[in-house]
Amino acid sequence: MNLTLRVWRQANRHEPGHFEEYYLRDLNPNMSFLEMLDVLNEQLTREGREPVAFDHDCREGICGSCGLVINGEPHGPGYRVTTCQTYLRAFRDGDTITVEPFRAAAFPLIKDLVVDRSAFDRIMQAGGFISVNAGSAPDANAILIPKDVADKAMDAAQCIGCGACVAACKNASAMLFVAAKVSHLNLLPQGQPEKTRRTLAMVQQMDAEGFGACTVTGSCEAACPKGISLNFIAKLNRDYLSALLLGK
Amino acid sequence: MGAVNMELKSQIPPGPLAQKWERHKANLRLVSPGNKRKYEIIVVGTGLAGGSAAATLAELGYNVKSFCIQDSPRRAHSVAAQGGINAAKNYQNDGDSVERLFYDTLKGGDFRAREANVYRLAEVSANIIDQCVAMGVPFAREYGGTLTNRSFGGAQVSRTFYARGQTGQQLLLGCYSAMCRQIAAGQIKMYPRTEMLDLVVVNGHAKGIVTRNLITGKIESHAADAVVLATGGYGNAYYLSTSGRGSNATAIWRAYRRGAFFANPCFTQIHPTCIPVSGDYQSKLTLMSESLRNDGRVWVPKKKGDTRPPNEIPEDERDYYLERKYPSYGNLAPRDIASRAAKEVCDEGRGVGPGGLGVYLDFRDAIRRLGRKRVEERYGNLFDMYHEITGENAYETPMRIYPAIHYTMGGLWVDYNLMSNLPGLFVIGEANFSDHGANRLGASALMQGLADGYFILPYTIGNYLATQKPDQRPKPDQPEFRAAEQQVRERVKKLLAIRGRKTVTEFHKQVGKILWDYCGMTRSRQGLERAIQLIGELREEFWENVNVPGSDEDLNQSLERAGRVADYLELGELIARDALTREESCGCHFRVEYQTPDHECLRNDRDFAHVACWEFTGDGNTPVRHIEPLIFEAVQPTERSYK
Ligand SMILES: Cc1cc2nc3c(=O)[nH]c(=O)nc-3n(C[C@H](O)[C@H](O)[C@H](O)COP(=O)(O)OP(=O)(O)OC[C@H]3O[C@@H](n4cnc5c(N)ncnc54)[C@H](O)[C@@H]3O)c2cc1C
Ligand code: FES
Repeated sequence: MNLTLRVWRQANRHEPGHFEEYYLRDLNPNMSFLEMLDVLNEQLTREGREPVAFDHDCREGICGSCGLVINGEPHGPGYRVTTCQTYLRAFRDGDTITVEPFRAAAFPLIKDLVVDRSAFDRIMQAGGFISVNAGSAPDANAILIPKDVADKAMDAAQCIGCGACVAACKNASAMLFVAAKVSHLNLLPQGQPEKTRRTLAMVQQMDAEGFGACTVTGSCEAACPKGISLNFIAKLNRDYLSALLLGK
Repeated sequence: MGAVNMELKSQIPPGPLAQKWERHKANLRLVSPGNKRKYEIIVVGTGLAGGSAAATLAELGYNVKSFCIQDSPRRAHSVAAQGGINAAKNYQNDGDSVERLFYDTLKGGDFRAREANVYRLAEVSANIIDQCVAMGVPFAREYGGTLTNRSFGGAQVSRTFYARGQTGQQLLLGCYSAMCRQIAAGQIKMYPRTEMLDLVVVNGHAKGIVTRNLITGKIESHAADAVVLATGGYGNAYYLSTSGRGSNATAIWRAYRRGAFFANPCFTQIHPTCIPVSGDYQSKLTLMSESLRNDGRVWVPKKKGDTRPPNEIPEDERDYYLERKYPSYGNLAPRDIASRAAKEVCDEGRGVGPGGLGVYLDFRDAIRRLGRKRVEERYGNLFDMYHEITGENAYETPMRIYPAIHYTMGGLWVDYNLMSNLPGLFVIGEANFSDHGANRLGASALMQGLADGYFILPYTIGNYLATQKPDQRPKPDQPEFRAAEQQVRERVKKLLAIRGRKTVTEFHKQVGKILWDYCGMTRSRQGLERAIQLIGELREEFWENVNVPGSDEDLNQSLERAGRVADYLELGELIARDALTREESCGCHFRVEYQTPDHECLRNDRDFAHVACWEFTGDGNTPVRHIEPLIFEAVQPTERSYK
């Protein structure tokens, strides 16, 4: 198949960016979206032009490195998949596809399609952990955890930290990410001792990073490749309220 | 090949196997709590090994500098591990024990691992699960609230803990959260998007590294009292592998060039259950977790060139070859054996799918036995993944799988304390060689990474640091650092100046194909000699004809890859040379000249029960092969049979 790509090019955050158009011929529909970008980059290199920078690593939907806005949708048209799990069979021969970085004030652009998502790391540093030093743990079966609780914690813990939720939100809010992270730990018995402190600190850091407010439009859940549920946002709001009451 | 005389001290403590580690811990030198804060430790890599080590060393009070290539430590390649982690908990009451896990792992490695290390690994395995649960890792559970298990290849007990199909992710998020806590506390200084490009050795001791900031291109030196490499495996030398695209060999290869010995480089694991290659644009291969072999049955048609759709092939015309050849382990035969068996049936012309390079992994019987819902619960995300990639529905038609490069048992040589022959250089996780011999069993890499980082290195590193005075730590502006920085700069400039006609990827694909063809599932003298010659020629061409666009002053992904591929062009030759000089077959290393009448590995314990340790002797010189004899006190190596 043949495709036309309109790709966002920007040397760095200080210089203005623009779209460039590229034509790709004889692509195999079983190719992944990133493999198509590899083909483009090989082509650009041979033409003596600079390849397009984009983040990627595992290429199987788990590391959360990749993240492109494809035709206006974070991670493209597929349902519950990342960019690297998007295949050309999702497009039609002759299509023009627009490729942009995740855009948000809290995700400054680095180059082309690469953005800086370190705000997520700083939110985690504020409280996304259980304080237990290596060597001081009791036997793993000493605390029983009902299967449904463990499963629910796992539903939240599956978040890959890609940032699609932020890119999809009109306010660039990080509520779904923070809700997933807080809920994973707050649901487990091991997470109870630090629950209040954790909830307050992570929400506070989220605000400090310049993410927008959540108005529960649900676009984050729709864009999330792991299908993290909006219910976790409701849970975060509850945890936050009770933390405020208990907190200070 | 004879031994060159040079003493490699494995530092295995004396005493009975089961008491070695406890006694050793009691004898190790200590650094007092008040003194720990005076020491600086560099940890390169934030996977399970590096992440757990950095967090634990920081908890102890050391000052840690942590480095990784990705934009966040949470994205290290460990995140991709699917199936699970072994531990001798015996929660299933099915007869598991430290002894049994030890024996399975040692036998799984075809008696080419160091006995004392493997025993210690089995011994600390139970603590890992305790630690992870306490940190909030949501392992799968039974309705009663206890932890549940599954089985993996090479084991007859159920000892694998898992978190759906995302065990590596959950374990890594555990390490990452522990690191976050220490970053917030100021005990860890984190350098993401920073690549180590050289090791700095001062007076024979590893005392620092040279890095390149991948965003700004800035080249910098970092000094420390000790350097820990936890940089993962080198499977990407083969181009197509199941590793993340950022995984590479540069850190350990640069350390090798600075004097660290490289052990058993030819021990590279080929995993039997990966999605077959579909085209030449392919950038990586996707693993279908080995846990699938708990319930899936592997088969090919009995007839050659049978092109009927699988569901139309009647039962008596199917060859469940693993069940037939290895009745006691069946579909759970270890990886090296299952991979070779797949290659064998495909070579006979009985392979399925495009090009005949595939075998079926069939869930029909499991779905009949357990119901679709149970199968979905166990493997749902893997079936989804298979569907996304191939467009096929594995609930209705069998999966097609084929072997692919997956893991590297070889790595930098370390002693029992996980220190290399260069004092002050510690190597943990997949980057070292120590625990898996010639073949790794499933679910034991995660175990090893966390054992090294949480429970072994934090003890043994103190033994070295206690001999070092922190006030005499070298400064990053010393001549040794300046010289290393200069060399790194020159190499970067050289790569950018060539402006040849072939892309980095073209070279990478070529070296990968040479390794896959001649140093893959089967190896021969003739093929390996050819590989050495071809790689040498390709390396020469690379330095004359590679085209690396862009500059060195900003994010330049072509430049990053060029440096790594340049290293594969050296490492590839060493892999082939190691395979050539190991004149026996063992585990993953199948030399066609050395096989039993029924085509199994023919080990040669008399001449090759040793670790091959390669010493760099300068560009253009043949490296020197040293050996560390493997001494088996508790277990006598036997023929490794899974029949
Ligand atoms: C698809 C897949 C599935 C797997 N499933 C399982 C499983 O179910 N069970 C199991 O036990 N094992 C499994 N394995 C194997 C296991 O995941 C790995 O062996 C293990 O995670 C390696 O961990 P590590 O910490 O040693 O290295 P890695 O996780 O590879 O981490 C390497 C780190 O080093 C950094 N790094 C590398 N080079 C440099 C440099 N030059 N400068 C700076 N930083 C650098 C990287 O950024 C990264 O942070 C699987 C492997 C794959 C590929
Ligand atoms: S590259 Fe890892 S999630 Fe896409």
